Amino acid sequence: MKPGTSLIAAALALICLLALPYVFTQGFALSLLCQMGIATIFALSYNMLLGQTGLLSFGHAVYFGLGAFCAMHVLRWAGGTGIGGAWAVVLLPLIGGLGGLLAGLILGVVTTRRAGTIFAMISLGVGEMVASIAPMFPALFGGEAGLSANRVFGAPLFGITFGPQRQVYFLIVAWALVAAWGMRALTRTPLGRMANAVRDNPERAQFVGYNPQMVRLLMLALSGFFAGIAGGLSAINYEIVTGETLGANTSALVLLMAFIGGVGQFYGPIIGAVLVTFLQTALSQYTHAWLFYFGLFFLFMVLNAPGGIASLIQLHRDPWRQGLLRWIWPQYALAALPVALTLAGLIGVVELIYRIAGGVEAGETSWKLFGQAIDATRWQPWALALLLLAAGGAWLEKTWSGVAWQWQMVLLATARGNDR
Amino acid sequence: MSTSPVLPPALRLADVHKSFGKTAIIRGVDLDLIEGERHALIGPNGAGKSTLFNLISGRLHATAGTIQLRGADITRATPQAINRMGLARSFQVTNLFHRMTVFENLRCGALWSRGVGYTFWRRVDTLREANARADEVLEAIGLTRRRAVVAGELTYAEQRALEIGVTIACGAGVILLDEPTAGMSRSESDAAVALIKKVTIGKTLILVEHDMDVVFGIADRVSVLVYGEVIATGTPDAIHANIRVQEAYLGTDLAKGIDKELTGA
Repeated sequence: MKPGTSLIAAALALICLLALPYVFTQGFALSLLCQMGIATIFALSYNMLLGQTGLLSFGHAVYFGLGAFCAMHVLRWAGGTGIGGAWAVVLLPLIGGLGGLLAGLILGVVTTRRAGTIFAMISLGVGEMVASIAPMFPALFGGEAGLSANRVFGAPLFGITFGPQRQVYFLIVAWALVAAWGMRALTRTPLGRMANAVRDNPERAQFVGYNPQMVRLLMLALSGFFAGIAGGLSAINYEIVTGETLGANTSALVLLMAFIGGVGQFYGPIIGAVLVTFLQTALSQYTHAWLFYFGLFFLFMVLNAPGGIASLIQLHRDPWRQGLLRWIWPQYALAALPVALTLAGLIGVVELIYRIAGGVEAGETSWKLFGQAIDATRWQPWALALLLLAAGGAWLEKTWSGVAWQWQMVLLATARGNDR
Repeated sequence: MSTSPVLPPALRLADVHKSFGKTAIIRGVDLDLIEGERHALIGPNGAGKSTLFNLISGRLHATAGTIQLRGADITRATPQAINRMGLARSFQVTNLFHRMTVFENLRCGALWSRGVGYTFWRRVDTLREANARADEVLEAIGLTRRRAVVAGELTYAEQRALEIGVTIACGAGVILLDEPTAGMSRSESDAAVALIKKVTIGKTLILVEHDMDVVFGIADRVSVLVYGEVIATGTPDAIHANIRVQEAYLGTDLAKGIDKELTGA
């Protein structure tokens, strides 16, 4: 891409980000956008460990959560004294970041001694330890109810009070841009490059003069800093932080985001954060089985695209530049209908099972779809769903071999084009 | 060489022992490397050559004895500390940053010696000295055209060249090469010898090598390591003659083994 093109793309993206809250004006959509912004920072910070340093962490929620609690304490204190007003809210994520940084430095001394499986296990242990300590100190972590505060206090900033959700959205966007820029810049520093080196071969890193443990520790601390910023923003956004924030669920979610988005590319976790947040929030509005679908999707990605969505994008990039994708579009179009039929069949079966098993509401076995009443106790909907699944699946298998064949051709042509 | 007589040897091993459990692998090695010499370490398989390299470079620690680098004790130092003091090594099995490009590999090799440390507030592309050094080595090892290729995708011979490149990138004064031509064809190995000679000018070199053409092509002195002991040190010609003498004392089996090494059969 020419520098001019990327500048235009960046400007367009910025305009989109700023216009979004005026397009999606409902409270639900707006809070979803805010959640996506926070998740983006969090997932990017996670990838500093997994993608860039090769550290698989099962306890990254600790830095997010401790950052959130630090920010919450300062917010409560500032709110009580009225110090700073809206300015305090603007800078609050920085407090969260410093909290995450400090936690990363202290806990990192223990966790970063080793890499690989041992690091993963220790991170899990440390995460659970912190999460289980939290309820013991209600003064610090607010017990079961958590800590809450009001983000509107003191003097407004140019008329901004951070009362309306839209203003919080802009604050999140601003911090997300700054944090993403910071993390991107970090990959291009000596430390960032040595993190890649330690990921690839920690022993060789020693023989070029670097201490891999120090590289891991610094990366963990900086990753904790950005996770803490995300935590600080979540404290502002929800005006409440509970002990659950520190726990394994949050840690698992950020891992899924980074993995589904793709850890091999810087932008991968951004896609993952947006998609997973959307699935988690929006899908749960439509179906009780959302977690099951989410699990299926994750399984599908792990088995078929372990490099995440970003790796699929990378796969298309070179053929696209050489204008070779026009050979693949017709194949995709041919596969679209069988894919849709298979999915419809699959969803039908899952929903019917959920109704029969009482996963929705006991005794509630019928529901309306496109104005048509469907009763899960009768055989017709089952027959239809199973037929769709079987026929769609068989058709898909046939068309997909065509897609795979065409891809081989396109990749060969691309390789030839690259050599030229 | 402007080596004054009071200068300590580049590398000094004094009565170095290494045991794994009850098995003694290195059994009292004494070895002095003169500043600026090219020294080859030969001996049959299992003699402890690689173990000795691991002891010198800090990958393993000696059970007894001392190792000094230019007069400084490095017996118990970490690999990174030893590297910072001016000793670099290559590996018998290629040991690169396989997902990074050729240029990135070389730059990682050059970073610490340019005083960059763990900097995370400066862009690596703006560090002129480290980048210049990486490009210099890139040209020396003949991989300029492969600059942006990921190390894992290089051919075997190219990976071996890069292995040497990463080793010398920091500009260390003492260089350990562990079988730099292992698995190479004749022509590749000739190219490697020329490369090693070129990039180690003015440096102290010690290499483990099985290929006697390489040893005679490079080394000023040769040491023979057998069962964890240095049984002879001298010029290549003297060692060749010496082996005949050893034959009388050591028995034919062992002497045959060493002779096989020396003739490259």
